[in-house]
Amino acid sequence: MTVTLILLAGMMAVIVGWLIRQTTNVSPWVADTGVQEYDNNRNNPDQLQADSVKIGLGVFLAVATSLFALFISAYMMRMELADWSPLNDPDILWFNTAFLVVASVYFQLAHNSVKRLDANKVRTYFLVAGIFTFIFLIGQLEAWRQLSEAGYYLSNNPANAFFYLFTAVHGLHLFGGLWVWCKTTLKFAEAKGKAPEVAIVARSVELCTIYWHFLLVVWLVLFALFIYT
Amino acid sequence: MTQVAHDETAFAPPAEVEEVELYHPKTFIGKYIWSQDAKVIAIQYSITAIGIGLVALVLSGIMRLQLGFPDTFSFIDPSSYIQNVTIHGMIMVIYLLTALFLGGFGNYLIPLMVGARDMVFPYVNMISYWVYLAAVLVLVASFFAPGGATGAGWTLYPPQAILPGTPGSDWGIVLMLISLALFIVGFTMGGLNYVVTVLQARTRGMSLMRMPLTIWGIFMATILALLAFPALFVSAIMMILDQTIGTSFFMPAVVSMGEQLDYDGGSPILFQHLFWFFGHPEVYIVALPAFGIVSDLISVHARKNIFGYRMMVWAIIAIGALSFIVWAHHMYVSGMHPYFGFFFATTTLIIAVPTALKVYNWVLTLWKGNIRLTVPMLFAIGFIFTFVNGGITGLFLGNVTVDVALSDTYFVVAHFHMVMAVSPILVVFGAIYHWYPKITGRMLNDTLGKTHFWITFLGTYAIYYPMHYLGILGVPRRYYANGVTDFIPESAQSLNAGITVAALIVGVAQLIFIYNLIISYSRGKEAGGNPWEATTLEWQTPDTPPKHGNFGDELPVVYRWAYDYGVPGAELDYIPQNQPPRPTSTDSEA
Repeated sequence: MTVTLILLAGMMAVIVGWLIRQTTNVSPWVADTGVQEYDNNRNNPDQLQADSVKIGLGVFLAVATSLFALFISAYMMRMELADWSPLNDPDILWFNTAFLVVASVYFQLAHNSVKRLDANKVRTYFLVAGIFTFIFLIGQLEAWRQLSEAGYYLSNNPANAFFYLFTAVHGLHLFGGLWVWCKTTLKFAEAKGKAPEVAIVARSVELCTIYWHFLLVVWLVLFALFIYT
Repeated sequence: MTQVAHDETAFAPPAEVEEVELYHPKTFIGKYIWSQDAKVIAIQYSITAIGIGLVALVLSGIMRLQLGFPDTFSFIDPSSYIQNVTIHGMIMVIYLLTALFLGGFGNYLIPLMVGARDMVFPYVNMISYWVYLAAVLVLVASFFAPGGATGAGWTLYPPQAILPGTPGSDWGIVLMLISLALFIVGFTMGGLNYVVTVLQARTRGMSLMRMPLTIWGIFMATILALLAFPALFVSAIMMILDQTIGTSFFMPAVVSMGEQLDYDGGSPILFQHLFWFFGHPEVYIVALPAFGIVSDLISVHARKNIFGYRMMVWAIIAIGALSFIVWAHHMYVSGMHPYFGFFFATTTLIIAVPTALKVYNWVLTLWKGNIRLTVPMLFAIGFIFTFVNGGITGLFLGNVTVDVALSDTYFVVAHFHMVMAVSPILVVFGAIYHWYPKITGRMLNDTLGKTHFWITFLGTYAIYYPMHYLGILGVPRRYYANGVTDFIPESAQSLNAGITVAALIVGVAQLIFIYNLIISYSRGKEAGGNPWEATTLEWQTPDTPPKHGNFGDELPVVYRWAYDYGVPGAELDYIPQNQPPRPTSTDSEA
């Protein structure tokens, strides 16, 4: 549980630290009109909504972090028991990792092009990123096939079980991301030719970028875990 | 004396209506079934939770019948007894209390109390309820599955949870785990809403430190739940795999009924760690909203500002943070290293400090208050008593040496029922009596309410106080029958019979409450907008019950905290949060 504890302690420290900063040096019992501090971000409802969605995603990523951290904790606790026999990680995982990195890079490129208001580039990069993600997922399925052909079944050994479980959970998260990616792609089609073409999809592109980076980091951690154990 | 701003220009214009696009349903189905209005969702959550809670209440009645009068009722056998124990616990902790506090009160109160029109993501909020309902239905379905519901105890410890011999080890446990996973998915959707709404949708002037403590409690509990529920999710998934596919995450090599099973090398302790990593924060997921709500009830009905508001907020934050590092005090008897036990006992005792601080502050709020002994106030005061009782036995159990002797006895049952069953449920009742007038526009009947309070409050003492003695005698929990032993005297059986009678009376008395809820809906006294003369925003809405969008055309602007009661020199003994410090001609009515 050490891994989880450290991660959660970190997250808690951030949350508690932020809350303490917000709550010290105020005198709640004083009645005044002190509304200025809220006006900055309250004046623009669009911005407010955009911020809310981003914070919502952030909260979801915190939940996902907790989920993966707990899975990894379970892995490390289970690993210490006698019957653990590590599996041979199929080489295709290296290619898959590369694909996911490329996908993440393309999302970042798309996101950067949003800032430069270059609609064509945003669309191209965004589509390419999604396609690479599909390739990653297909590659993961191939890894499963290779493993089961080599006789590494789910129930043979906890190391196998964890491998299938982790790749499945991570893959499902990516799959959820791809669903949003599909919806955004439809939005691109709708937005085509309309005046602020980039603005319509800017938020979705940004959220996808953050989400993919997160899942890339998760995958790198999981992959490292598989390799070293 | 309240300080007010002295600047003549310190007038803030009303908040501009940022027309949030609210989805306005036209049909009955759109308005009440597939509703995206947080208030309707709250009522859906509450009715579902109370409905399934009544099922759990009946289950506990059946358990008590067996314990009080063994061998009398043919419809109870050892299997069904342990199934009832399991499902009773699971429903009460998760499907009733968690859902009611966060899904019910959270949905209803967060937007109204922080001055928002609705939750930030209403659609996700709607889905959250329907996934919760699905979870409840799957749970209910497990009763009718082959083999019946799981009888693993609410902690679902492997290996026994999935071994033949335990009731429901085929279907029951799998449905239970699926139901839990669904619940967590549904809750996460709701929880995202609660957190983001509190962070983003507060109205002008509603700084974090002007939020009522109810919102603080629900907010912090939601953060805990979002971070802790994944642990249950992880353990549920892994146990489903153990049960269905035959992996050995948790399952050690087992010889079951003379047969060597395929499992090998798994760790039941791993499950216990994961389960309690969720399980202990869960206690505070239930307790923190109760703390928050009770603070507001006491302040409103004692007509006095809450004592030490900032301390109360910090205590909520501290309890939330600490609750993640005490989980292993549920596992003292699992053979842990003594230093671990020492560490967890220490953290457990430390968490008593902010908790005790809150209790002092409630009592000090009452001191010299202008106490109105309304029904909500009775429940709030009842909560303080019960919570102190349950909390003190917690100090016993938090110490390893004492716990080892008392573990798995009725002492534990008495402790956690006092501290996390009766206490929060008293707050639930208080809160319903308090907010029912806002939800329906009518008051609940006072006489029925007081009858309900006294029977419930005294009755629960009659149930749980004797259990402490049973526990000290060493009577084990979860047993269908005690049989003949040296250490359990016959008088223990008389005590058990007495407890059962009390439990049945308390159980039946809840019908008074249900009757009151139903009858007052049409026949209750008209409540008006603000029957308790409270300061918080939900009582200042133009309509009662509030319409979709909550605040009419203009969102309120907040000028003060929620606790301006009995301010010297003020016109009334309360000043609503949206009343400006210095009335001006353009000031709209409060």
